[in-house]
Amino acid sequence: MQKSSNERKVLIDGSRLITEGMARAGADSFIGYPITPANLLYLYASRRMPLMLPAPDEITTLQWMSGLSATGRLPVTATSFPGFALMIESVNMAFMMELPMVIVVVQRLGPATGTATCGAQGDIALLRGMISGGHQLPVLCTSDFNDCWELSSRSVSLAAELRTPVVLLTSKEEVMTQKSFDLSLLESISPVKREFYNSNMPYQSYGVEGDEIAPPFLPVTTDKWQVRLNASTHDRNGILQHSNDEAIANTVRLDRKAAESLDSFTYYELDEQDGADTLVVSYGITASAARDAVRKARSKGRKVSLLVPKTILPLPDDYRMIMGKYQKVIIAEENINAQFADLVFGSAIPANIVTAGSAGKMITPSEILKEEDCV
Amino acid sequence: MNSILKTTELPYCKGCGHDLIAKKSAQALENLGLSPLDVIVVTDIGCHGIIDKCLNTHTVHGLHGRSVALGAGISFGIENPDKKVLVFIGDGGSTIGLQHIMEAARLNLNMTVVVHNNMLYGMTGGQTSGLTPRGFCTTTSFEGNPFAGYDICELTHTAGAAYSSRIMGVGDITDELVEAFSVKGFALTEVMEICPSYGVKLNPRRKLSEILESSGKKTGVWKNERKAFVLEQGKKSYDLLEELKGVEKDFPEVLASDLSLVISGSAGEGIQSAATLLASAAMRSGCHVTQKGSYPVTVGVGFSTAEVNLSPEPINFHGIGVPDIAIITSADGLAHSKKRIEGMKKGKLFIDESLETPSTGAEVIKRDFRSAGARSACMYAVIYFAKSTGIVDTESIYKTIEESGLAEKMPLSKIKEKIGSLN
Repeated sequence: MQKSSNERKVLIDGSRLITEGMARAGADSFIGYPITPANLLYLYASRRMPLMLPAPDEITTLQWMSGLSATGRLPVTATSFPGFALMIESVNMAFMMELPMVIVVVQRLGPATGTATCGAQGDIALLRGMISGGHQLPVLCTSDFNDCWELSSRSVSLAAELRTPVVLLTSKEEVMTQKSFDLSLLESISPVKREFYNSNMPYQSYGVEGDEIAPPFLPVTTDKWQVRLNASTHDRNGILQHSNDEAIANTVRLDRKAAESLDSFTYYELDEQDGADTLVVSYGITASAARDAVRKARSKGRKVSLLVPKTILPLPDDYRMIMGKYQKVIIAEENINAQFADLVFGSAIPANIVTAGSAGKMITPSEILKEEDCV
Repeated sequence: MNSILKTTELPYCKGCGHDLIAKKSAQALENLGLSPLDVIVVTDIGCHGIIDKCLNTHTVHGLHGRSVALGAGISFGIENPDKKVLVFIGDGGSTIGLQHIMEAARLNLNMTVVVHNNMLYGMTGGQTSGLTPRGFCTTTSFEGNPFAGYDICELTHTAGAAYSSRIMGVGDITDELVEAFSVKGFALTEVMEICPSYGVKLNPRRKLSEILESSGKKTGVWKNERKAFVLEQGKKSYDLLEELKGVEKDFPEVLASDLSLVISGSAGEGIQSAATLLASAAMRSGCHVTQKGSYPVTVGVGFSTAEVNLSPEPINFHGIGVPDIAIITSADGLAHSKKRIEGMKKGKLFIDESLETPSTGAEVIKRDFRSAGARSACMYAVIYFAKSTGIVDTESIYKTIEESGLAEKMPLSKIKEKIGSLN
């Protein structure tokens, strides 16, 4: 990884960084269906991706992506809740078939169609429960432009490595706001190197050996081995089964896949201050307010630490351990039901956890440290 | 392993047309000289979909009614035209997935669809589908379906499919399937059957040919002379970062502390572009900036508001509650930002002289901004703000406008003249 030496300031939005980051990482196809606030991603992808197809609806979007993925491509789409809701059955299919792809979910205010041009962070409870059976697929969440670049490219490589759909979670305010930014700060991105199955032993579409958690991939265009992809309960060969031991073992492996690989994609920002007894936790768009809140508090002599989770699902244990070290923890997110706190603690949120929420407007730095009376 | 079928013992009820379709499809593929791994069979939910395990081809078993869309995705991704994408779907799947069939036909994708039309949902208990003919009895319309079924062949033909055909699922249908499978482009063959478990029992003494005739449909072939969709190779790809214009710092720094601006006017009056030009110009003096727009979903009418932050330091949080500066150029803009302006306890409000001034603690500056024309009023107001406060160098704004190519689209010399008289 090299940084270029020349400063290059531009006025840029997160959509552009996400699209370019994914393309450089090896995403080669974009299937689009318009929805605010994800439209800039669609626009940029139409200029950037080697293949761009306009789908007639979001179910088709996911089906076309799955078909392309089955032929060895790395497809991407971008949507927001109303479109994502239509995709969910097909995301389950791609998860079950173990097809790599990335879905950028740009959050906006719900419920239902809510407000298309108003940001929000209301979708992690949905993402946690979207796979029938309670399985989880990786969800990475951007908190600044650097994340738009690095996490988008990591989403692509992760999808390929784990043979899975990956969700890159962001929000309206991150992808539609232009900011001055120095492009030379971006690390270079190498395209993912995909290794397809090349053994002379017969191929099983869902066969894993030793400590493998994701089966090797072969596209359905191969002339060497039969490939079987299946959205229904299936054995190692991809043949539909009711519930025999081999098929259930496959279903169980799917549940373990993301969790057991979590170390390879646990990302968070931890800015701890010596002697601090208060920790601010915030992710996504609210992390920018949290960074300002912590900076201002420190400028007034307060000792405060900051945790910005970027890997949202599966949830790394690290977060609970870090929070456990503090007398007071403030979790700030732009929803009114403390979805992240619920993800970490369930319904039994400890008494030392304070949550700050909002609907229809960004949480400000002063709202985060309101009780601290220091910003 | 050159035979398409692994076994001739197929998992279908006695007398089911699916058995015939599977065997004759296999025969047709073999007659065309296709090896099993040249073929990708895409199936979905329904009795037709349990054929997978009996096939030596690649198999993809997806969601109910989505097999045509899934097969379309595979077709898009296949570069070798000799590979065959063959989709099996039922009449129920064709109902829920009708849009996918229409889309693949419209695009004339290189794939073949075989609709197993036994006129009801067999796997789930014999319910009525969108392809069930009027008068046909099912477990959910035991006095006969009151609705006419879709004519799937007419629909695909109208949508642009290269080939649509309807055949009776009796006897040797190999030749008919060979013809459909040979098509380059989208081919759909609807095979008429009666489900032995539900259809035969609920419609005693009715013959398949008579049912088809009474529904007003015929067997036949319908063609469109069209070339199959071929993915364009070598699509131009633009590097999204390289194409961005870098902003050099070519003006002295003037900003000492953070400043937030709300700029509000009417949609179509250049609010967002004026804000972007201001932000870009400020960058030339080393400012860190953010800029975002807010407007109703219908982008061409109503208000348009831009929020701009300028700072000597990198900016994290970019939200603006009550701004330091408000620039208002129309009644739409005033209505949208009135509450914020009323909340201002200090700062400056630049407002067109035609508008009623809201109650505010900000210093009010009224000017004839709209005299520059509706589409340039905001630009004029932004330059006026820059000139009167000195926060952004007006020369840097002029230079940014000229470099952007927008100078010809606004009465820049007129604006300069008005600004020049300020002192």
